[in-house]
Amino acid sequence: MSRPPADDLDDIQAARDARGPVLRKSPGPTAWFDIRKRSTGHWAFSLNRITSLGLVFYLYLHLAVLSMLLGGKDSWNGFLDIATQPLFLGFDVLLIFGLLFHGLNGLRVALVGSGVAPDHQKALFWSFMVFGAILLLGAALHIAGSG
Amino acid sequence: MVTLDPAPGGANEAEDPTAGTADGAITRDFRVFRFARDGGPSRFDTFEAEVEPTSTVLDALRWIKVHRDPSLAIRHSCFHASCGTCGVRVNGREGLACVTRLADLEHGRVTVEPMANFPVVADLVVDMTSFSERFPPAHPMDRASEFPRSADLPSGVDEYERFEDCIECGLCLSACPVSATDDSYVGPAALAYAQRMLEEPRGSDIGAILDWADGDNAAWRCHAAFECTEACPSNVRPAQRIMHLRRALTSRRGGGS
Repeated sequence: MSRPPADDLDDIQAARDARGPVLRKSPGPTAWFDIRKRSTGHWAFSLNRITSLGLVFYLYLHLAVLSMLLGGKDSWNGFLDIATQPLFLGFDVLLIFGLLFHGLNGLRVALVGSGVAPDHQKALFWSFMVFGAILLLGAALHIAGSG
Repeated sequence: MVTLDPAPGGANEAEDPTAGTADGAITRDFRVFRFARDGGPSRFDTFEAEVEPTSTVLDALRWIKVHRDPSLAIRHSCFHASCGTCGVRVNGREGLACVTRLADLEHGRVTVEPMANFPVVADLVVDMTSFSERFPPAHPMDRASEFPRSADLPSGVDEYERFEDCIECGLCLSACPVSATDDSYVGPAALAYAQRMLEEPRGSDIGAILDWADGDNAAWRCHAAFECTEACPSNVRPAQRIMHLRRALTSRRGGGS
């Protein structure tokens, strides 16, 4: 089958355009976080984005907290009294979860992206997650013991 | 090759596998995306369709078109996952309507939408032009096999997976979360095609393909969600091929072969 002449293609395109605009149907950023009916790789992709946002937020929060040192010893000690409350220690565990997930999943992506075991990326993901869960449990017990 | 269903009374009605449903037919609810370029905003219409236990989504859509609403625009051709023209999203997941069995879906209403990340022309029909334009400039439509029909396949031939298995249905692009926010990203199918060319060049300009794949909107934009591989109905495994393509690019940057 031969390709139609260019003039004919132009006529076809003009006829299409005359019918009105097409609909750009794209979910946008919600697609990053919509994990319904999606696979392990997408969950990892979504959680990686969430933890990245969380870690960036924490970075600025950390700098803000450190600025309390400018207020002197009493200001800092007052903050420490709050920071050692059980609720804040829970936030520490959440922070360590974010660090471990983001770091370990990043390592998985780097390995797979280098052509290392791309056919086994799910197994690699769950292996890293089990390792991360063990580290998180240890960190949580340590924090609980120091509280 | 590609056909749009004619209005009832046309040739396809006589072939309609769901026409005159036999005993055993059941009724199932459908929620179908509707859009007309000159018909106002998009919407969902609901239908009750008579289906068989073995019916596919395409069977149901054709039944709706023949028996309920002849204006419903659907596109299909082969009925056996070979032509790649009936790609849709069924209950939020990409699939070929012709091989997506209703019995395999969860109970309740079935929602059918056009593929995401494509311009919608009408109802469930998307414009594939932009999809074709994403491929590398050197994109031959067909390539002659190097193996004579009478030849014995060499040992290890399993390594030579045929990218020609790609039916260019676009489901991978629809499933890709990166493509959802960046239309300039060339997407999984085009990158998998580039890797396929590296695997079996047959005289192709490998340097030009790698230059293309190393571009700002190509291999490095993939975020390894692997949804393209999950969506692919032809086992092309686009995500894995993108990862191998990255390795080739890294090797080239490092001075490797």
